[in-house]
Amino acid sequence: MNWNDHLPALILIIPLFGAFIAPICSLGGKTARNFLLVVISFITLIVAFMLWRHVLANGISYYVMGGDKFNLSLPSGMALPVRIILEVDAFSAFMALCGAIVSFAGALFSVNYMNRFSGMGRFVSLYCLLTTGMLGMMVTGDIFNFFIFIEISSIASFGLIAFWRDKPTAIEASFKYALISQVGSMLILIAAGTLYGKYNMLNMAAIGSVLKMGTMEKLALVFLVGSLAMKCGSFPMHMWLPDAYAEAPTGVTCLLVAVSQASLYGLMRVCYSIYGAAMGSSFIPWMIIVFGLASMFFGVSMAVVQHDIKRLMGYHSVSQVGYMLLGLGVGLLVLDDARAMADYGFTAIKGGVFHIFNYTMYKALLFLTAGAIYYATGKRDLNEMGGLARRMPYTTFMFVIAAAAISGLPPFNGFVSKLLIYESSFAVHPFLAVVALVTSVLTLASFVKVFQTAFLGPEKNSLAKIQEVPAAMLIGMAVLTAAILGASLFPSWTLSTLVEPAARALVDQSGYIGAILGGGM
Amino acid sequence: MIGNAPFFAVGVLFLMGLLGIFMTKNLIKIAIAVTILGSSVNIFLVALGYRTGGTIPVHFLAGEGTTMVMPTPQAMTLTAIVIALATTALLLSLIMLVWRHYGTIDVDEIRRLRG
Repeated sequence: MNWNDHLPALILIIPLFGAFIAPICSLGGKTARNFLLVVISFITLIVAFMLWRHVLANGISYYVMGGDKFNLSLPSGMALPVRIILEVDAFSAFMALCGAIVSFAGALFSVNYMNRFSGMGRFVSLYCLLTTGMLGMMVTGDIFNFFIFIEISSIASFGLIAFWRDKPTAIEASFKYALISQVGSMLILIAAGTLYGKYNMLNMAAIGSVLKMGTMEKLALVFLVGSLAMKCGSFPMHMWLPDAYAEAPTGVTCLLVAVSQASLYGLMRVCYSIYGAAMGSSFIPWMIIVFGLASMFFGVSMAVVQHDIKRLMGYHSVSQVGYMLLGLGVGLLVLDDARAMADYGFTAIKGGVFHIFNYTMYKALLFLTAGAIYYATGKRDLNEMGGLARRMPYTTFMFVIAAAAISGLPPFNGFVSKLLIYESSFAVHPFLAVVALVTSVLTLASFVKVFQTAFLGPEKNSLAKIQEVPAAMLIGMAVLTAAILGASLFPSWTLSTLVEPAARALVDQSGYIGAILGGGM
Repeated sequence: MIGNAPFFAVGVLFLMGLLGIFMTKNLIKIAIAVTILGSSVNIFLVALGYRTGGTIPVHFLAGEGTTMVMPTPQAMTLTAIVIALATTALLLSLIMLVWRHYGTIDVDEIRRLRG
């Protein structure tokens, strides 16, 4: 019996256990509850890290739920997997690691941030449930199970966005998100049913092994791409995202960033691992690229005019998601062209995957600094802020790092991933790289504006008495700052250890299929 | 032809749900439309699982028949119904809170989040 074999199940069981133990633990008072939140998310982080190490060392690991043995993917005599299988390759493990880091930082931040409010038992419970849903989407190898986890994370996030239910805007944002994501998940269920009706299977790897393009497969693909692009906040369906991100409590916003990345993960899993080379036409890759370009440009142009600091960052999320869609879409475009793949396609995928890591870290950190400002001053409107740098030096320092990283200034990690995306998308068409560059410049302009109005300038009289935020919030932000600085100072190590295995696993469709259908027996 | 009737029903219900969500202004009606959408998906899954002349997949109850109906779509439907129950309850309670804060459930008047 080896602990490492059970890691894919443990990464789900631990936060789920936390979610159900939270109401009992809350009876023990504030300290017990906060302790539970931090400890559960920390253990999840450790498990995610061990899982990532294990997958890098031993290849794809899978876990059969409800079978005779946990490592028997094809039970006696069956040619097809019939159980629920969790499958973790390097890309899933990479995403789970990102998600777990953000979940831990958000939990640390929430300990102080939510201290003034009641109903924290429910908060801890829903927070753990949202973490479970997010990690579940990343480790599952079954398309119906993916739908279940997307619903778990959606339902938990409706509750968390509307957590301050005395605020009308929070209710409105939550309702909007609930409506849109409910329609989206129904489309995912129809797509799962369509694929089941055609192939009698729900396992992603097994469907991928026999898939041939036909009308039903095209229908399923369109439904999946549409709904998952909506869930990750791409342009024409992005309306819910700034509202939800701005109105949720900040620790939750930080986690929602990672949850939207889980939807992006689902999109990539569908495109690369289920459809992959069988996709045949370049329509869907181009659609993803166009979604990406539109999100980048319109997201950032909406962001420039915002006054509310969290809404501004919400619109920047839309534009940053565009970069990943662009990078991964370019990779998808040349998936069956070996020469173009080696030439620029793999660079694009590496850029996209690295940008997922960078975006999750710096965007979560930016939201946390916005939350720290809100905690200290009680304001979210940029026009009412000024001179915060003197009063909140640590927050200012971390904001500057995150803002420099998101704008792609050279020594920081955002620069590396954006550069990879520029040079690879330039090879497809120069226009793609031009849009990406313009977006980057506008992002810089927008964050210079935020920095200048909020942190520099004369001190406002109304802000004369504010203080730096408590230690736990600073530690929460410091975790993410450390991740950004680590990736910035050691870019070649990060690229070769963290990013490249994940990108390689994403492209390797036959490896993903072979792990389930080849083993067992 | 008649075998495809359930799928036509699914298509009609699905379009009704989508139209309801986009066209109606009343939040309660929108919630009903979401439920109709969910039901159409459930009918789709159940219709998908049925084989003409199939029997239940339990060895000692199946009788003479050799064609069996795979129980997976039914399990999926049950799960989807439970999830739809939870989301419907949440949607309705959110509508209740909207009514309390805004005093209306007309979509056009609930617009504090703009720009």
